Amino acid sequence: MTAELVLPVIFAGLMAVSLLAYVILDGYDLGVGMLLPLGSDRQRDTMIASIGPFWDANETWLVLGVGLLLVAFPLAHGIILGELYLPVALMLLGLILRGVAFDFRVKAQAQHQPAWNAAFAAGSLLAALSQGVMLGRYLTGFAPGAAAWGFALLAGAGLAAGYVLLGAGWLIMKTEGELQQRATRWAQRALLGTGLAVLLVSIATPLASSRIAAKWFVLPDFLLLLPLPLITLALFALLAVSLPRLAARQAAGNDHFCWLPFAASVGIVLLSFWGLAYSVFPEIVIGRLDIWQAASDAEALWVILIGAAVVLPAIIGYTVFAYRVFWGKARGLSYS
Amino acid sequence: MDSFDPLTLARIQFAANISFHILFPTISIAMGWVLLYFKTRFDRSGDAAWLDAYGFWVKIFALTFALGVVSGITMSFQFGTNWPGYMQKVGNVAGPLLAYEVLTAFFLEATFLGIMLFGRSRVSNRVHTLATFLVAFGTTVSAFWIIALNSWMQTPAGVSMLDGKVHVESWLAVIFNPSMPYRLTHMLLASGLTVAFLVAGVSAYRWLRGDRAAGVRHALTTGVTLAAVLIPLQILVGDAHGLNTFHHQPAKLAAIEGVWHTERGAPLLLFALPDEATQSNRYAVGIPKLASLIITHQPDGEIRGLNEFAGAHPPVAKVFWSFRVMVAVGVAMLLASWLAAWQLRRRGEPAPWLSRVLVAMTFSGWVATLAGWFVTEIGRQPWLVTGILRTADTASTVGGGMILSTLLMYLALYAVLLASYVSVVFYLARKAGAPAAANLEGVSA
Repeated sequence: MTAELVLPVIFAGLMAVSLLAYVILDGYDLGVGMLLPLGSDRQRDTMIASIGPFWDANETWLVLGVGLLLVAFPLAHGIILGELYLPVALMLLGLILRGVAFDFRVKAQAQHQPAWNAAFAAGSLLAALSQGVMLGRYLTGFAPGAAAWGFALLAGAGLAAGYVLLGAGWLIMKTEGELQQRATRWAQRALLGTGLAVLLVSIATPLASSRIAAKWFVLPDFLLLLPLPLITLALFALLAVSLPRLAARQAAGNDHFCWLPFAASVGIVLLSFWGLAYSVFPEIVIGRLDIWQAASDAEALWVILIGAAVVLPAIIGYTVFAYRVFWGKARGLSYS
Repeated sequence: MDSFDPLTLARIQFAANISFHILFPTISIAMGWVLLYFKTRFDRSGDAAWLDAYGFWVKIFALTFALGVVSGITMSFQFGTNWPGYMQKVGNVAGPLLAYEVLTAFFLEATFLGIMLFGRSRVSNRVHTLATFLVAFGTTVSAFWIIALNSWMQTPAGVSMLDGKVHVESWLAVIFNPSMPYRLTHMLLASGLTVAFLVAGVSAYRWLRGDRAAGVRHALTTGVTLAAVLIPLQILVGDAHGLNTFHHQPAKLAAIEGVWHTERGAPLLLFALPDEATQSNRYAVGIPKLASLIITHQPDGEIRGLNEFAGAHPPVAKVFWSFRVMVAVGVAMLLASWLAAWQLRRRGEPAPWLSRVLVAMTFSGWVATLAGWFVTEIGRQPWLVTGILRTADTASTVGGGMILSTLLMYLALYAVLLASYVSVVFYLARKAGAPAAANLEGVSA
């Protein structure tokens, strides 16, 4: 009996960690994709070079997250992805366009290259917006009506802004010179958009769902949860203060603490994700199914868990290794 | 395709997605090993031409891999949306096998791909070769798990049924189910042949354009030799796979051979139009007793006909013709590769006409592989999991209009991507040969 109680929780946790890893990792490279049209031709190559070795593996976290949903919570997989059929199809269109444009833009005939650059940026934008809409639809329990769809669109714009912030932070960390200065300005603008979106989503979510409101606005839980919004706020403030100062340092010729904007952005994503997870848990389809109702048989979950326990540390190990290999400022991508 | 109901549309959409997807892993599985071979030859000999070959083909590998990754993401979403009943009934088998594929293969190949492609100046040569190996290994491990699952759906074993659900009794029996070793070997060889003809075809294309770089010759020889060695093996394995199908999936075999009524001494049909309405073949042309001889190894051996599987056999014409397309391409591969290997040995280069044949056959592996998968997948119908779960019982709850509109979107996208891929492969070939070609023009002028 206990296994049937505990295993779904473990798998919900694993799935959440996979999706969180996806949002952070693919988030920065989708963000760089959306920023691509703003760079000059040479800067574009550097921007792509900064994400080139990573994007493939970054996207694999999505396959793992959705794969865990499929294998651990098959009932929920059918319902959620059935409800999200259209935004999922658009997201896949975006991810496919972007993934292939990555290679085609440097390998195709010269006259086709601008089109593939555009496909790269448009695909990144489409994927980010669709994922945000999926999140928004999910949080309202797929409620019908204009208000619920308005909320989903807001979440779409918000997630895209968040990805741009991550992408700009990544570029500040991984590049130098004029591109880095530009990225600092991009980050400042994205910070505004992201802040606004996080604020609106935070206000709208409890309004949209009395269930979620009840989880947050009750004592003593509210006090225990208070650090979450407060630290988020502090991170926004830190970015708002530090980005202009970084710009000033860049003008003076040094980029100390160039990792700070990315780190702070990751912090914001972490806390926002944690807030959302708290709002939803232990439900998996809001208002319809909790994780125990949706879970696969314990016998299957055990087999997967043993595999995951053996393999995940190795995955994390060689992922860290890959990031170390490409540590430091991005150089041009070359096969030689 | 009786009507455009959601089930039919869901099947067409899934077939379109998985058919498009399989094109790219089919190349990347064996291409990883070919690249490792090029790299190792360079490491051992120091001959820069091997590095040239590596440098050219790694670009095509990167492109292929990207297409495989993004088209594969689609699959992880559609398992649940198009076939919600699938995981409910057989999730205890499918769930762990799919999870193990992601955990043991996808991350490995995707992570080390970055180092393999862009890390040569950042890691030691040894680590780079190791990364190349791990990518090739990862693609093969991925094939292992997914073929294990597919084969289990064809020939389920190692499970018991309880409360309408499948429960695993023995994982070894599940993974190494009766058709798995045959299907895995058949598919790995298919991947090898696809890559062999891709490498041979593109190299022949460069050769015809006057590109005589040593790397091109190395690649041409590698492609032709690989093809010439693998095709007879594939024919043997294909025959063994057919025997396995005869024992475990007799309805599929009857459809392949177009045997409507159980018979002894069945002919090998070269041409026929199977007709479901009359339960017979029209315009049949065959070689007497040969089908029985091949399958039972006796001229008068009995082949069970479709009549024994009334209401539970696959659509005959599709299976029958897909099989013949696959075999025809296989025969063409045998002729072309042996002739080319012989000419390479005798004269050091293939004749221009044969080079053109090789160019025309650049993507022949795709045709054969797809046709083969059509045989095995359509041949399993009406079952999704043989004897356990019918395809119709897993149907999606998503509306037909939604599936149709996304299907059209996918088809348009795939058409563009396929055209771009093929055109870029040949464009890269022309570009790689451009300096050499310019030199030749300079000499003649």
